[in-house]
Amino acid sequence: MIKINSLTKRFGDHVAVDNLSFEVQPGEVLGFLGPNGAGKSTTMKMLTGFLTPDGGNASVCGFDIQSQILQAQQQMGYLPEGAPCYGDMRVKRFLEFIAEVRGFSGAEKHKRVALAAEQLELNGVLNQSIETLSKGFKRRVGLAQAILHDPQVLILDEPTDGLDPNQKHQVRNLIQQLASGSNKIVVISTHILEEVSAVCTRAVVIGRGRLLADGTPAELEARSRYHQAVTVDLEHAVDSAPLMALPGVLDVEQQRDGQLLTVVAKPGEVVFPAVGQYAREHNWPVKELSVERGRLDEVFRRLTEGEAA
Amino acid sequence: MKNLGVIFKRELGSYFSTPLAFIFIVIFLVLAAVFTFYLGGFYESGQADLNAFFNFHPWLYLFLVPAVAMRLWAEERKSGTIELLMTLPVSRTDMVLGKFLAAWVFVGIALLLTFPIVITVNYLGNPDNGAIITGYIGSWLLAGGYLAIGSCMSALTKNQVIAFIVSVVACFVFIVSGLPLVLDLFSGWAPQWLVDAIASLSFLIRFDAISKGVLDLRDLLYFISLMAVWLCATAIVIDLKKAD
Repeated sequence: MIKINSLTKRFGDHVAVDNLSFEVQPGEVLGFLGPNGAGKSTTMKMLTGFLTPDGGNASVCGFDIQSQILQAQQQMGYLPEGAPCYGDMRVKRFLEFIAEVRGFSGAEKHKRVALAAEQLELNGVLNQSIETLSKGFKRRVGLAQAILHDPQVLILDEPTDGLDPNQKHQVRNLIQQLASGSNKIVVISTHILEEVSAVCTRAVVIGRGRLLADGTPAELEARSRYHQAVTVDLEHAVDSAPLMALPGVLDVEQQRDGQLLTVVAKPGEVVFPAVGQYAREHNWPVKELSVERGRLDEVFRRLTEGEAA
Repeated sequence: MKNLGVIFKRELGSYFSTPLAFIFIVIFLVLAAVFTFYLGGFYESGQADLNAFFNFHPWLYLFLVPAVAMRLWAEERKSGTIELLMTLPVSRTDMVLGKFLAAWVFVGIALLLTFPIVITVNYLGNPDNGAIITGYIGSWLLAGGYLAIGSCMSALTKNQVIAFIVSVVACFVFIVSGLPLVLDLFSGWAPQWLVDAIASLSFLIRFDAISKGVLDLRDLLYFISLMAVWLCATAIVIDLKKAD
């Protein structure tokens, strides 16, 4: 498990991470969210031992990240932002190097390299030098080196940034595979919100180095103004003003000249049945009627912009 | 120390995976020959020794060794791989020493490839081969000193050109500190012990003795402690500015 306690990092006058505290339990896939410059990468760099904290402490699997960093690093697999790899090395030789650093040798080493190459579908490029690979392949090489020793804790800094949709899908599947049914911890930093709904069991939002929100993706969605809102798609515009009088309705928003209505519910209220009934009773030309779970991007924006203001 | 060998192997391999090794070795051998035969007057001196060969090594290394050392850390910083390296479970000592030893062995390989000159001198006369071996050891130690300085300068910056220039200047200071050029500046007013201390820091004086076949323990200690000091400085610099 990961414990972070009042972690702080300053760069000159700028406070990149400000008194950040949270814990991650085994089995969790944690989405680490925040706008650019919020301190996500800095936190990850401190956890993995690349940066030294200016205050506070943290531990990974019980090993303090300052006094026992080598033991902590053995428990972790880390994909740094941009997946830097030694460009002049061949993929196979690079993975063997990582395996050797991780303490594997002989048959075990070859088995580990083969398995990681298999999981990331790198078998076609094993003998190419890394600098000749496409961005997607480079990222996969970076992921392969991170999972090679089957770590207890996997820390991935923007693993899907810059990949095409198919590659993103692949990487997400891989993360789910790694996390499912095991007691591992996966921490993913991202600013792509669909990713959080897709793979994470928990989301932590930070802004300006401070914790802004912490919960499951569903809990975060519930904070949205659009949680339990009802979207009504119509053939042509109708008089939507009476909807305001229905119990639990907070607001009605119109788009496409009134052909698309969004009925916003008051917090904690459910308005779908009432809206549906009203539409039926008045013979509205309804094409589609649906309930929203909430909009993560809207929650994210409100959380982080409120912070900036 | 368990990862020292792993780092060493990767680093040494990386020299040979690019044309760098080939170019360095060819230039080193050509320049060594030019210095020995034209500037050193190897034939004209009529002596069956390699003084003409070794005498120019401090100057030859002045430009060639920093060229090898400049990439040690600056390149890792530039390409971002330093983050990968530093987050692997590798101790600082293993990293610094592994990289340094790989570079030192690489220069050693280039130095060993000058063996035809040993054959030549043995063919032409009856040299003291013990002195020649001592000369080679001295030359390798000298290269190690330059490399340790260059390693520290490379750790200071992500720009390889800056690392190169600063290393050349630093090494130059260590060469000239034994020359009258520098010593005369001090001998007028400074106490004798200071002048001696400055002179004793010089590569040239130490190397001169070894290259003539005299392997004094103090000279050996000088080179080894010089390397140790600069490598410790490298480790400290890396710790202080890992992420810059």
